[in-house]
Amino acid sequence: MTRRPDVAYWTGFVVVLALLFAAPLVLPEFWRRFVTEILIWGLLAMSSDILIGYTGMISFGHSAFFGLGMYGAAAALLAVAPPNLALALVSGLVGAAIVAAFVAYFATRLRDIYFSITTLVFSQIFYVIIFTWTDVTGGENGLTFSRPNFGLPGWFSIPFTSDSLHWFVLAVVTGSYLVLRRITQSPFGMVLQAIRENEPRTRAIGYPVERYKIVAVMLSGLFAGLAGVLYALQNKFAAPDFVFLVISAETVIYNVMGGVGTLVGPIAGAAFFLLLREGLSRFLTEYYLIPVGLIFTAMVIFVPQGLLGFLKRRLNQ
Amino acid sequence: MEQLVVQTLNGIVAGMILALVASGLTLIFGIMDVVNFAHGELFMLGAYVGTTTMVVTHNFWVALVVAAVTIALLGAVIQITTLRPLLGRDPLTTILATFGVSLVLQNYALWQYGPVPRKLSEPITGHFKLFDLEYPYYRIAIAVLSAAIIGGLYLFLKYGTYGIWIRATTQDRVMASAMGIPVPLVHVAVFAIGAGMAAASGVLFGPLIGVNHAMGTDWTLKAFIVVVVGGMGNLGGSILASIFISLLEAYAALWVSPSQAVIVSFVALILTLLIRPTGLFVPTPK
Repeated sequence: MTRRPDVAYWTGFVVVLALLFAAPLVLPEFWRRFVTEILIWGLLAMSSDILIGYTGMISFGHSAFFGLGMYGAAAALLAVAPPNLALALVSGLVGAAIVAAFVAYFATRLRDIYFSITTLVFSQIFYVIIFTWTDVTGGENGLTFSRPNFGLPGWFSIPFTSDSLHWFVLAVVTGSYLVLRRITQSPFGMVLQAIRENEPRTRAIGYPVERYKIVAVMLSGLFAGLAGVLYALQNKFAAPDFVFLVISAETVIYNVMGGVGTLVGPIAGAAFFLLLREGLSRFLTEYYLIPVGLIFTAMVIFVPQGLLGFLKRRLNQ
Repeated sequence: MEQLVVQTLNGIVAGMILALVASGLTLIFGIMDVVNFAHGELFMLGAYVGTTTMVVTHNFWVALVVAAVTIALLGAVIQITTLRPLLGRDPLTTILATFGVSLVLQNYALWQYGPVPRKLSEPITGHFKLFDLEYPYYRIAIAVLSAAIIGGLYLFLKYGTYGIWIRATTQDRVMASAMGIPVPLVHVAVFAIGAGMAAASGVLFGPLIGVNHAMGTDWTLKAFIVVVVGGMGNLGGSILASIFISLLEAYAALWVSPSQAVIVSFVALILTLLIRPTGLFVPTPK
């Protein structure tokens, strides 16, 4: 089957990418940083969409993968002098992958709500470990480190400016998006969607459903870990707060607000949520979560497809 | 040895409060397929309503009843506005909706009552001597009272007309409706009962460590663990599991700090899921 290239889709893709690329050149520093953070949280949300939107499993434990990516990167940046970008990436991804393998092995034996609760409990286990193991993780204070240079070992090495960091994040997020999009359209991705639609039937056809789910959780955890590494690079610290269930919950909020099963939806959801928080916290301080919670609940009831849900067909073409 | 006895007692007391929270949760799940993420917030709000009433009336027992009734009404409102529109949709959407509700409730409590924990004074101040330790009678009273409320619930479900309505709705929603049972009303009532029980346990627990806006999250998590370990929707199972988990945590607290002791219950959950995913305290499904 040959697929007709969707001109509208790729035009939109290039336009959005160009806007994001130009963002640091025109925006003031505060908003530049804001856009970078949207991209990072967007990547986290997108990784979770593989489970929520495509496999039909709601993970309430993505903070574990995110946090371990962050602490993995932190460990590499603190252990090696001078700090090395490639090493931080590898170490963060390995950290997230180990946790993801662990969680995937146990949690995928369960379905629906049980899966959600198990992932939640796992993330809390890692939170408690990181919070109480003060000697290694710094406990409540977390770890601070310096940002590595951008470069290839032995080739070149230039320090990150705030602009080039934004572009680096943009490149990683865009690359991840394209990879994830390819995966969801691959035969593997089709099986995941079959599991979402009808699990017993998928099993009856002969697919080893459990194995597919394990791979899906690991894949999702790996990209969440990547988001954690990026966040560590951006903020130069790792703290147990990022392993706490609030982050997992926000990840789910981004997905629901933006539209599950679209990959870009969760990024839009992250943008929407962070803008909402920014706007509301100006005059409501920390109580901004009251209106956010109301809007979120209303969206679950009235707009279950999310902001970009109406584009679902186009985006998955 | 002495510590072991004290911790056993502590574990049973904590287990009875937990059982009160978890039985509300499992009742709601069993009947409506709703996973109530806001359950811990109802517990927390109940405790706050209790403190407010205490200031006015200076009577703990009045505060207990007022809190339970207020939060039961709140539960009814939540059920009608948030959960009723979701009936018939994927049960997972109810997790999301109640999660949104919990955000609102938790931050409302922070806004209304501030971040400083409130004290709730004990109605019974006596102690008795347990080895070289003064053990408060109030803790024993909590366990007894919780057991009484749960026992009342059990009798109500078993023999009361409305209790039979509730059980009929659990078994077959459509058939119950055909038999003339007002199913939507039963749903509201069950949610209200569950909420009221959470609130009552909040008030009972309040005097032990004080009331703050973040305590709900902990209890939601704990109640979930219990409900899964005990077998979802199974009342007797959740009660046994509550005591089991609380005892485990109490014994673990002998060796490690209480914040690390929770890991024991997490591990118990994981082992349960591996060995007996249907729950530890339910008969093997045939």
